[in-house]
Amino acid sequence: MSANPIPVKIVVAGGFAVGKTTFVSAISDIEPLTTEAAMTQVAKDVDDFGDAKTKKSTTVAMDFGRVGLSEELVLYLFGTPGQDRFHFMWDELVRGAIGAAVLVDTGRIDQCFPAIDYMENAGVPFIVAINAFDGMLRHHPEDVREALDLPRHIPVVVTDARHRAAVRDTLVALVRHAMTMAATTA
Amino acid sequence: MTNPEPDALSGLRVRPYMVTGGRTRSVVELPLETIVRVTPEGQKAVETLSLEPRAIVDLCHQPLSIAEISAHLHLHLQVAKVLVGDLVHSGHVATHSATADATDRPDLQLLERVLDGLQSL
Repeated sequence: MSANPIPVKIVVAGGFAVGKTTFVSAISDIEPLTTEAAMTQVAKDVDDFGDAKTKKSTTVAMDFGRVGLSEELVLYLFGTPGQDRFHFMWDELVRGAIGAAVLVDTGRIDQCFPAIDYMENAGVPFIVAINAFDGMLRHHPEDVREALDLPRHIPVVVTDARHRAAVRDTLVALVRHAMTMAATTA
Repeated sequence: MTNPEPDALSGLRVRPYMVTGGRTRSVVELPLETIVRVTPEGQKAVETLSLEPRAIVDLCHQPLSIAEISAHLHLHLQVAKVLVGDLVHSGHVATHSATADATDRPDLQLLERVLDGLQSL
Protein backbone atom coordinates (compact mmCIF):
# COMPACT_ATOMS: atom_id res chain seq x y z
CA MET A 1 0.00 0.00 0.00
CA SER A 2 1.23 3.47 -0.83
CA ALA A 3 2.11 5.95 1.86
CA ASN A 4 -1.19 7.73 1.57
CA PRO A 5 -4.12 5.72 0.26
CA ILE A 6 -7.25 7.74 -0.34
CA PRO A 7 -10.05 6.63 1.98
CA VAL A 8 -13.60 6.34 0.68
CA LYS A 9 -16.58 5.01 2.58
CA ILE A 10 -19.90 3.36 2.05
CA VAL A 11 -22.59 3.12 4.69
CA VAL A 12 -24.46 -0.15 5.22
CA ALA A 13 -27.84 0.63 6.74
CA GLY A 14 -30.99 -1.26 7.59
CA GLY A 15 -32.96 -2.56 10.53
CA PHE A 16 -31.76 -4.56 13.50
CA ALA A 17 -30.29 -8.00 12.65
CA VAL A 18 -30.83 -7.62 8.92
CA GLY A 19 -27.27 -8.77 8.23
CA LYS A 20 -25.23 -5.54 8.12
CA THR A 21 -22.18 -6.94 9.88
CA THR A 22 -22.42 -10.17 7.87
CA PHE A 23 -22.48 -8.06 4.71
CA VAL A 24 -19.37 -6.13 5.82
CA SER A 25 -17.55 -9.34 6.88
CA ALA A 26 -18.18 -10.99 3.53
CA ILE A 27 -15.95 -8.53 1.68
CA SER A 28 -13.70 -6.95 4.32
CA ASP A 29 -9.95 -7.66 4.23
CA ILE A 30 -9.94 -7.62 8.02
CA GLU A 31 -12.23 -9.04 10.68
CA PRO A 32 -14.78 -6.29 11.23
CA LEU A 33 -13.71 -3.89 13.96
CA THR A 34 -15.88 -2.00 16.38
CA THR A 35 -15.52 1.66 17.20
CA GLU A 36 -17.45 3.26 20.01
CA ALA A 37 -18.76 6.78 20.23
CA ALA A 38 -20.37 8.49 23.19
CA MET A 39 -23.80 9.97 22.79
CA THR A 40 -23.58 13.72 23.25
CA GLN A 41 -26.05 16.22 24.63
CA VAL A 42 -28.26 15.43 21.65
CA ALA A 43 -29.29 12.48 23.79
CA LYS A 44 -31.61 14.75 25.75
CA ASP A 45 -33.76 15.26 22.67
CA VAL A 46 -33.37 11.87 21.13
CA ASP A 47 -33.45 9.49 24.05
CA ASP A 48 -36.95 8.28 24.69
CA PHE A 49 -36.31 5.98 27.61
CA GLY A 50 -39.47 6.90 29.48
CA ASP A 51 -38.35 8.76 32.58
CA ALA A 52 -34.67 8.83 31.70
CA LYS A 53 -34.13 12.55 32.09
CA THR A 54 -30.77 12.16 33.73
CA LYS A 55 -27.50 12.98 32.00
CA LYS A 56 -26.68 9.35 31.57
CA SER A 57 -24.19 8.86 28.79
CA THR A 58 -24.80 6.15 26.22
CA THR A 59 -22.21 4.50 24.08
CA VAL A 60 -23.00 3.49 20.56
CA ALA A 61 -20.93 0.81 18.83
CA MET A 62 -20.38 0.66 15.08
CA ASP A 63 -18.94 -2.25 13.18
CA PHE A 64 -16.82 -1.54 10.15
CA GLY A 65 -14.57 -3.25 7.65
CA ARG A 66 -11.87 -2.30 5.20
CA VAL A 67 -11.38 -3.28 1.56
CA GLY A 68 -8.17 -2.44 -0.26
CA LEU A 69 -9.28 -1.49 -3.79
CA SER A 70 -5.85 -0.63 -5.15
CA GLU A 71 -2.49 0.64 -3.97
CA GLU A 72 -3.95 4.12 -3.68
CA LEU A 73 -7.52 3.47 -2.62
CA VAL A 74 -9.08 1.98 0.50
CA LEU A 75 -12.81 1.51 1.01
CA TYR A 76 -14.31 1.54 4.49
CA LEU A 77 -17.72 -0.02 5.05
CA PHE A 78 -19.59 1.25 8.09
CA GLY A 79 -22.65 -0.45 9.49
CA THR A 80 -25.15 1.98 10.99
CA PRO A 81 -26.17 1.51 14.59
CA GLY A 82 -29.63 -0.08 14.53
CA GLN A 83 -31.86 1.97 16.76
CA ASP A 84 -33.39 5.27 15.73
CA ARG A 85 -32.04 7.01 18.79
CA PHE A 86 -28.54 6.61 17.38
CA HIS A 87 -29.29 8.68 14.30
CA PHE A 88 -27.02 11.41 15.65
CA MET A 89 -24.16 9.14 14.61
CA TRP A 90 -25.51 8.71 11.10
CA ASP A 91 -24.78 12.35 10.24
CA GLU A 92 -21.10 11.67 10.68
CA LEU A 93 -21.25 8.33 8.87
CA VAL A 94 -22.88 9.71 5.73
CA ARG A 95 -20.78 12.89 5.52
CA GLY A 96 -18.56 12.51 2.48
CA ALA A 97 -19.74 8.92 1.89
CA ILE A 98 -20.15 7.53 -1.62
CA GLY A 99 -23.61 6.46 -0.53
CA ALA A 100 -25.54 3.84 1.37
CA ALA A 101 -26.73 0.31 0.76
CA VAL A 102 -29.98 -0.13 2.70
CA LEU A 103 -30.43 -3.82 3.50
CA VAL A 104 -33.96 -5.11 3.57
CA ASP A 105 -35.30 -8.32 5.06
CA THR A 106 -38.55 -8.89 3.20
CA GLY A 107 -39.95 -10.67 6.25
CA ARG A 108 -39.63 -7.41 8.21
CA ILE A 109 -39.77 -4.81 5.52
CA ASP A 110 -40.91 -1.95 7.78
CA GLN A 111 -37.60 -2.09 9.68
CA CYS A 112 -35.79 -0.35 6.84
CA PHE A 113 -38.18 2.65 6.75
CA PRO A 114 -36.08 4.82 9.10
CA ALA A 115 -32.92 4.23 7.04
CA ILE A 116 -34.66 5.06 3.76
CA ASP A 117 -36.30 8.17 5.24
CA TYR A 118 -32.96 9.29 6.60
CA MET A 119 -31.04 8.80 3.33
CA GLU A 120 -33.75 10.52 1.29
CA ASN A 121 -33.84 13.53 3.61
CA ALA A 122 -30.05 13.76 3.82
CA GLY A 123 -29.68 13.57 0.03
CA VAL A 124 -27.41 10.54 0.28
CA PRO A 125 -27.26 8.34 -2.85
CA PHE A 126 -28.63 4.97 -1.82
CA ILE A 127 -29.83 1.68 -3.19
CA VAL A 128 -32.08 -0.91 -1.60
CA ALA A 129 -30.58 -4.40 -1.34
CA ILE A 130 -32.92 -7.24 -0.50
CA ASN A 131 -30.98 -9.69 1.63
CA ALA A 132 -32.15 -13.11 0.50
CA PHE A 133 -30.01 -14.79 3.13
CA ASP A 134 -31.94 -18.03 3.20
CA GLY A 135 -31.43 -18.28 -0.55
CA MET A 136 -35.13 -17.62 -1.03
CA LEU A 137 -36.54 -14.46 -2.41
CA ARG A 138 -39.96 -14.09 -0.87
CA HIS A 139 -40.87 -10.93 -2.73
CA HIS A 140 -40.10 -9.68 -6.18
CA PRO A 141 -37.88 -6.56 -6.17
CA GLU A 142 -40.63 -4.56 -7.86
CA ASP A 143 -43.05 -5.54 -5.09
CA VAL A 144 -40.50 -4.29 -2.58
CA ARG A 145 -40.15 -1.04 -4.53
CA GLU A 146 -43.90 -0.58 -4.35
CA ALA A 147 -44.08 -1.46 -0.67
CA LEU A 148 -41.35 1.10 0.05
CA ASP A 149 -42.86 3.68 -2.30
CA LEU A 150 -39.44 4.17 -3.90
CA PRO A 151 -38.94 6.48 -6.89
CA ARG A 152 -38.02 4.76 -10.17
CA HIS A 153 -34.45 5.99 -10.17
CA ILE A 154 -33.53 4.23 -6.91
CA PRO A 155 -32.11 0.77 -7.75
CA VAL A 156 -33.53 -2.25 -5.94
CA VAL A 157 -31.18 -5.24 -6.07
CA VAL A 158 -31.10 -8.71 -4.58
CA THR A 159 -28.05 -9.65 -2.52
CA ASP A 160 -26.78 -12.32 -0.17
CA ALA A 161 -24.88 -10.81 2.75
CA ARG A 162 -22.92 -14.02 3.27
CA HIS A 163 -21.35 -14.09 -0.16
CA ARG A 164 -18.47 -11.92 -1.25
CA ALA A 165 -19.46 -11.82 -4.94
CA ALA A 166 -23.04 -10.81 -4.12
CA VAL A 167 -21.81 -8.12 -1.74
CA ARG A 168 -19.34 -6.84 -4.34
CA ASP A 169 -22.10 -6.67 -6.97
CA THR A 170 -24.28 -4.73 -4.55
CA LEU A 171 -21.48 -2.23 -3.94
CA VAL A 172 -20.91 -1.94 -7.71
CA ALA A 173 -24.61 -1.16 -8.16
CA LEU A 174 -24.38 1.52 -5.47
CA VAL A 175 -21.28 3.14 -6.95
CA ARG A 176 -22.88 3.19 -10.40
CA HIS A 177 -25.96 4.83 -8.92
CA ALA A 178 -23.79 7.39 -7.10
CA MET A 179 -22.05 8.14 -10.42
CA THR A 180 -25.40 8.74 -12.11
CA MET A 181 -26.42 11.03 -9.27
CA ALA A 182 -23.10 12.88 -9.39
CA ALA A 183 -23.40 13.32 -13.16
CA THR A 184 -26.91 14.74 -12.93
CA THR A 185 -26.12 17.17 -10.12
CA ALA A 186 -22.80 18.33 -11.58
CA MET B 1 -8.24 -0.84 37.96
CA THR B 2 -8.71 -4.61 37.91
CA ASN B 3 -9.20 -5.20 34.24
CA PRO B 4 -8.11 -8.81 33.70
CA GLU B 5 -7.56 -8.32 29.98
CA PRO B 6 -3.91 -9.21 29.26
CA ASP B 7 -3.66 -6.29 26.90
CA ALA B 8 -0.68 -3.97 26.97
CA LEU B 9 -3.08 -1.16 26.19
CA SER B 10 -5.43 -1.86 29.07
CA GLY B 11 -3.95 1.22 30.71
CA LEU B 12 -6.00 3.22 28.20
CA ARG B 13 -9.21 2.08 29.88
CA VAL B 14 -9.79 5.25 31.81
CA ARG B 15 -12.69 7.66 31.69
CA PRO B 16 -12.93 8.62 28.02
CA TYR B 17 -12.05 12.30 28.17
CA MET B 18 -9.39 12.06 30.89
CA VAL B 19 -6.76 11.58 28.23
CA THR B 20 -7.84 14.67 26.30
CA GLY B 21 -7.90 16.99 29.29
CA GLY B 22 -11.67 17.14 29.01
CA ARG B 23 -11.67 18.35 25.42
CA THR B 24 -14.30 16.78 23.19
CA ARG B 25 -13.44 18.49 19.92
CA SER B 26 -10.39 18.08 17.76
CA VAL B 27 -8.34 21.11 16.75
CA VAL B 28 -8.81 20.02 13.13
CA GLU B 29 -11.82 18.57 11.32
CA LEU B 30 -11.30 14.83 11.06
CA PRO B 31 -13.85 12.52 9.44
CA LEU B 32 -13.69 9.03 10.95
CA GLU B 33 -12.27 7.52 7.74
CA THR B 34 -9.35 9.97 7.66
CA ILE B 35 -6.08 8.13 7.08
CA VAL B 36 -3.39 8.80 9.67
CA ARG B 37 0.31 8.09 9.24
CA VAL B 38 3.33 8.87 11.34
CA THR B 39 5.72 11.54 10.05
CA PRO B 40 9.54 11.34 10.27
CA GLU B 41 9.28 13.92 13.07
CA GLY B 42 6.80 11.68 14.86
CA GLN B 43 9.14 8.70 14.55
CA LYS B 44 11.99 10.69 16.06
CA ALA B 45 9.90 12.09 18.90
CA VAL B 46 8.03 8.93 19.85
CA GLU B 47 10.01 8.51 23.12
CA THR B 48 8.91 11.91 24.31
CA LEU B 49 5.19 11.32 23.92
CA SER B 50 2.80 10.31 26.65
CA LEU B 51 0.99 6.98 26.66
CA GLU B 52 -1.95 7.48 24.34
CA PRO B 53 -0.34 9.72 21.70
CA ARG B 54 2.60 7.35 21.68
CA ALA B 55 0.31 4.36 21.12
CA ILE B 56 -1.23 6.19 18.15
CA VAL B 57 2.15 7.07 16.66
CA ASP B 58 3.31 3.47 17.10
CA LEU B 59 0.16 2.15 15.45
CA CYS B 60 0.33 4.53 12.49
CA HIS B 61 3.54 3.25 10.99
CA GLN B 62 0.98 1.73 8.67
CA PRO B 63 -1.66 4.06 7.27
CA LEU B 64 -4.77 3.58 9.41
CA SER B 65 -8.09 5.38 9.66
CA ILE B 66 -9.26 7.21 12.77
CA ALA B 67 -11.94 4.54 13.14
CA GLU B 68 -9.28 1.81 13.19
CA ILE B 69 -7.17 3.72 15.72
CA SER B 70 -10.26 4.04 17.91
CA ALA B 71 -11.03 0.33 17.60
CA HIS B 72 -7.48 -0.95 18.16
CA LEU B 73 -6.75 1.29 21.15
CA HIS B 74 -10.23 1.02 22.69
CA LEU B 75 -10.58 4.77 22.58
CA HIS B 76 -13.92 6.45 22.01
CA LEU B 77 -14.09 7.84 18.51
CA GLN B 78 -14.21 11.45 19.68
CA VAL B 79 -11.24 10.89 21.97
CA ALA B 80 -9.22 9.38 19.13
CA LYS B 81 -10.06 12.45 17.04
CA VAL B 82 -8.90 14.89 19.70
CA LEU B 83 -5.62 13.01 20.19
CA VAL B 84 -4.96 12.69 16.46
CA GLY B 85 -5.80 16.36 16.02
CA ASP B 86 -3.15 17.24 18.60
CA LEU B 87 -0.61 15.03 16.82
CA VAL B 88 -1.40 16.67 13.49
CA HIS B 89 -0.96 20.06 15.12
CA SER B 90 2.40 19.05 16.59
CA GLY B 91 3.54 17.51 13.29
CA HIS B 92 3.89 13.97 14.63
CA VAL B 93 1.36 12.51 12.20
CA ALA B 94 -0.03 13.52 8.83
CA THR B 95 -3.56 12.87 7.64
CA HIS B 96 -5.05 12.16 4.27
CA SER B 97 -8.63 12.16 3.08
CA ALA B 98 -10.60 12.08 -0.13
CA THR B 99 -11.25 15.10 -2.27
CA ALA B 100 -14.92 15.92 -2.33
CA ASP B 101 -16.98 17.93 -4.78
CA ALA B 102 -19.20 20.86 -3.83
CA THR B 103 -21.90 18.51 -2.56
CA ASP B 104 -19.46 16.87 -0.16
CA ARG B 105 -19.55 13.61 -2.14
CA PRO B 106 -16.58 11.96 -3.86
CA ASP B 107 -16.24 13.35 -7.40
CA LEU B 108 -16.89 11.34 -10.58
CA GLN B 109 -13.26 10.64 -11.21
CA LEU B 110 -12.82 9.11 -7.77
CA LEU B 111 -16.06 7.13 -8.13
CA GLU B 112 -14.75 5.67 -11.39
CA ARG B 113 -11.61 4.51 -9.61
CA VAL B 114 -13.71 2.93 -6.85
CA LEU B 115 -15.81 1.15 -9.48
CA ASP B 116 -12.69 -0.18 -11.20
CA GLY B 117 -11.33 -1.36 -7.87
CA LEU B 118 -14.53 -3.16 -6.90
CA GLN B 119 -14.84 -4.82 -10.28
CA SER B 120 -11.31 -6.17 -10.02
CA LEU B 121 -12.02 -7.86 -6.67
